[in-house]
Amino acid sequence: MSDGAAFHVEEETLGKLYDARLVRRLLRYLRPYRRLVALAVAMLMASSMLAVAGPYLTKVAIDKYLNPQRVPSLLDAWLSADRFAGLSQIALLYLAVLLVGFVFQYVETYVMQYTGQKVMFDLRTEIFGHLQKLDIRFYDRSPVGRLVTRVTTDVDVLNELFAAGVVAIFGDLLTLAFIAAAMVTLSPGLMLAVLAAGPLVVGVTFLFRRAARDANRRIRVAIARINAYLQEHVTGMMVVQLFNHEPRSRASFDRINADHRDAYKDAIRAHALFYPAIEWVGTLALVVLLVYGGHRILGGTLTIGVLVAFMQYALRVFRPIQDLGEKYNILQSAMASAERIFKLLDTKVEIGEVAPASRRALPKPDAAPDGRIEFENVWFAYQGEDWVLKDVSFAVEPGETVAIVGHTGAGKTTILSLLLRFYDTSRGGIRVGGADLKDCDPVELRRRFGVVLQDPYLFSGTISSNIRLGTNTIPDERVEEAAEEANLASFIRSLPRGFDEEVRERGSSLSTGQKQLINFARALAHRPKFLILDEATSSVDTETEFRVREAVGRMVTGRTSIIVAHRLSTIQRADRILVMHKGRLRESGSHQQLLAQRGIYWKLYQLQYKDQE
Amino acid sequence: MLRQLRTMWPYLLRYRWRFAAGIAALLLKDATAVVAPLLIRHIIDTLTAGLTLRRVWQFGLLLLGLGLVKGFFQYWMRWIVIGVSREIEYDLRNDLFAHLTRLSPRFYGAHRTGDIMARATNDLNAVRMMIGPGVMYWCDTFVIFLAAIAVMGSIDWRLTFFVLLPVPAVSFSVGWFGRLIHDRFQRIQEMFSDISSRVQENLSGVRTVRAYAQEDAERERFGELNREYIRENLRLARLWGSFYPLLETLIGLTFVIVLWLGGRQVLRGAITLGSFVMFTSYMGMLIWPMIALGWVVNLMQRGTASLARINELLGQKPDIDDAAVRDGGPGEIRGEIEFAGVGVDYGAGTPALDSIDLKIPAGQTLAIVGPTGGGKTTLINLIARLRDPERGRVRLDGVDVREIPLERLRASIGMVPQETFLFSETVAENIAFGAGQAAEAEIGRAAEIAGIAPDVEEFPQKYQTLVGERGITLSGGQKQRAAIARALIRDPRILILDDALSSVDTLTEERILTHLAGVMRGRTTLLISHRVSTVRSADRIVVLSGGRLVEQGTHDELLGRGGYYAALHQKQLLEAELEEA
Repeated sequence: MSDGAAFHVEEETLGKLYDARLVRRLLRYLRPYRRLVALAVAMLMASSMLAVAGPYLTKVAIDKYLNPQRVPSLLDAWLSADRFAGLSQIALLYLAVLLVGFVFQYVETYVMQYTGQKVMFDLRTEIFGHLQKLDIRFYDRSPVGRLVTRVTTDVDVLNELFAAGVVAIFGDLLTLAFIAAAMVTLSPGLMLAVLAAGPLVVGVTFLFRRAARDANRRIRVAIARINAYLQEHVTGMMVVQLFNHEPRSRASFDRINADHRDAYKDAIRAHALFYPAIEWVGTLALVVLLVYGGHRILGGTLTIGVLVAFMQYALRVFRPIQDLGEKYNILQSAMASAERIFKLLDTKVEIGEVAPASRRALPKPDAAPDGRIEFENVWFAYQGEDWVLKDVSFAVEPGETVAIVGHTGAGKTTILSLLLRFYDTSRGGIRVGGADLKDCDPVELRRRFGVVLQDPYLFSGTISSNIRLGTNTIPDERVEEAAEEANLASFIRSLPRGFDEEVRERGSSLSTGQKQLINFARALAHRPKFLILDEATSSVDTETEFRVREAVGRMVTGRTSIIVAHRLSTIQRADRILVMHKGRLRESGSHQQLLAQRGIYWKLYQLQYKDQE
Repeated sequence: MLRQLRTMWPYLLRYRWRFAAGIAALLLKDATAVVAPLLIRHIIDTLTAGLTLRRVWQFGLLLLGLGLVKGFFQYWMRWIVIGVSREIEYDLRNDLFAHLTRLSPRFYGAHRTGDIMARATNDLNAVRMMIGPGVMYWCDTFVIFLAAIAVMGSIDWRLTFFVLLPVPAVSFSVGWFGRLIHDRFQRIQEMFSDISSRVQENLSGVRTVRAYAQEDAERERFGELNREYIRENLRLARLWGSFYPLLETLIGLTFVIVLWLGGRQVLRGAITLGSFVMFTSYMGMLIWPMIALGWVVNLMQRGTASLARINELLGQKPDIDDAAVRDGGPGEIRGEIEFAGVGVDYGAGTPALDSIDLKIPAGQTLAIVGPTGGGKTTLINLIARLRDPERGRVRLDGVDVREIPLERLRASIGMVPQETFLFSETVAENIAFGAGQAAEAEIGRAAEIAGIAPDVEEFPQKYQTLVGERGITLSGGQKQRAAIARALIRDPRILILDDALSSVDTLTEERILTHLAGVMRGRTTLLISHRVSTVRSADRIVVLSGGRLVEQGTHDELLGRGGYYAALHQKQLLEAELEEA
């Protein structure tokens, strides 16, 4: 088995390190919080400055008290002449510096995290809001999983940038600058001696980063492969066993597993080399300090205090240099995420709000049946010229119940989607109450319809929240009334918590029939002017079937209704039946009339409905 | 905890010498590390007392040399100990996977894939962290503290005591914060998946949301979760915000103590300035071990919890095995299948199969039809022992299938399961999946008979084209035909097709059936189908409904009986007419 060819895992696409256009757009999200950002930066500067104080205090303690030298220091005016008292003063000062530093750091970290989270909140809200507006057509071609990632993972990656990346880089540079300033003040010569090790630190870090980057890339690939392999083989274990493939599966897994181990071992080697190397460079800097400093001390141009302070500075000055390398990756993946997010936000909405000026008045959304529905020479294709509907014309009179029947793929459901303006027609027009749909605000339009889609979709929540959905103005009584009308009330009352019974993952605890009935109740609770019903094909048990049948009967009475029908009882109740076949409206009339024609309907009847008698 | 750790013994034993070498490197590294501050003390003391430049150089070079030696051992310590932990992870993961290949479909029905995977990845890594970095840092911390305390104590034990006072506080706060941060992080992860599923639900139900004009309400609901999510994140931020500064303050405190108390000792003349600087150096050296101490405790806790989960998985006994095989089982398999009083229960309620008696002579073709949920798939799954029946026996050539070694039993069967499952490998590899080293010609021939060959010729890389996300997405019909080829290439005595042509159009179906007719000759064949066209020429047709055999006979016999089969036939004639309308 050519293992290598079978598994090449896509490298994550990394964006540019810095893209001015993206960064400008990102900064715009920071604008509402600029005061907070300013506060955080001020705190950051203050705490970086304090980090310099410790070694300096040590220096003063040594030169003034422990090994007295006649060198003036900034603190002479405040410090006691008594050696023990003075030492205690310095220790207290050190303690104070630590405590103030703690406060500054805490405030800085928290404020920055707070700002980051606020920005993420705004961004997530914006993306989600945009998704609520995008066309159904957009959803037809975009996998839901990928869209979910935009709202979740991509935003979190950006958060890294705000909360850790940018600020930390700034903090690292500040620390570096302050330490350098302190060193220059104390002894420019010694500073040069310390910084002589700088290029070595940069070099070692660079070499390590390069080795580690390669190993890390292989690790990521190996982990992805292990996950993919496990996922696939756990899912398909039955096939593996049926075909006696276990030994070979084990061998392939062993290879992937070994790659994973070896990639890690390379990373371990890189780390194992890096830490001693960087420490040795530190020792080197220390030795240079000691030798050069010792030389100067012997010559009387340097105090021991300064040397000790430098030994401590040397430890701190290299840390930011090492950290900077790490921030590189954060920047890179943040840019890639930003790019993806903005691309989604830039996707245009086609079926959106209609300018008020050209908006046409729709029939009032109350229950009195008025307003005709007309389809006039409607053509529609989801893609190019693959016509799903061809020249379809019909009208539904106020109060009339129309059933649409046809074989799979005849275009029945498409008619309903067009009526709800999920899509706009390719040619021809649809009018509701005399208003062309293209002049209607889709949200306003849909408020007039009570819709039951073929797949009865339930949300996690309670039964009553599923009936009400987000329309909180619907009072409890109306929810109960709707449940009653949908023949659902007695079932709900039999549940331990009645209307407040939990609905789990898409209603997995409910039967298909019950889910349908909940959808009926949902439609009714919204007091629709028009009823649109796409009957589910799946069969339900006789008891529920009876309830469904009865509920449909009640629902259509006195309401303008269009039903994609699979039940004979529904069809027989309709005032008129439209027979769709291969995208065209082929027959129309009452059940008896159509049967007498002995055409398509007759065959459909024999095939699908006859058994139901 | 010790009971859980027992699983690890064989693995740890396997690498005991390498572990020993790693620990030896660790000891040597710590020994050299402890010497350096002593040297610094000496340099400083001689500096205050006046010394020659030559001495300074000597000390400097000595320090550098010591650094080299220390670095050398430090490298080996990390490379060996952490390396071994990866070896053990590798061994354990292989063993886990091998164990998984022995567990029956019943196990996979009862466990979620994500859960099984989490044990083979996340939990395994937690265990590795425990035996690699956990052990290494624990030893390192222990040794270095011991050594540093010994040296410092010998110079001024009282100062040593006071200087080390903040150490327990540092370790404790690392442990405490670590646990808290882990918990809150976990909580955030959960909220994160809540948000993901909320978005997922909203987007999957986009048509319902739009139809009911619920966009604003959905935004509101999402906003609530979003707010809650940042609230949790800020709770974590508060911890982070105080954790690092607190750590730095506590560590800084040890330096203040050295400065203050150590300074006083210098003033009193109890210790030299060099010793003072040495104390500072030691404290610098102990920073990381202080932190590691708290961290390692958490690693151990997480590691043992994960190990318990792994042990639970390893403790699952395979329920379908060769336990009943005596004397190596029967020899060559001819292919006569017999169900004798077979009954299968899926939990409570009516049985999935109820006293099925059925005999299929070797070389004959049996077709099974019936409504969904009638028990068709359950019945044929008993032959390859994907499940053992609760009652009765399934016999092959008169021998209970439980007494035939699994490998030989399954090697004699070519099965096309109802849900076609192909692997993300090449078309050729998928077809040759159950055939060991199949020659190219054989693959081509099997593909030809299964009717997939013309399609493969159209693929960009022919038989070397990858199947699945990273390659070509096959249609339902193509998948089914590839699966048929996969079964045929094994040259099986028994061929089982579970609704294997449902996604293939009638014309292609007819062609495949003609091809198959030749291949099926001499083999026992079981066919499940919803189409009369598929089953009509079978030697015998049975109708399975509600777990019972309700009709059986040939096509003509069953038509004459006017039952389920006859109705099915009638419907399909009409369907064909409608296609032409």
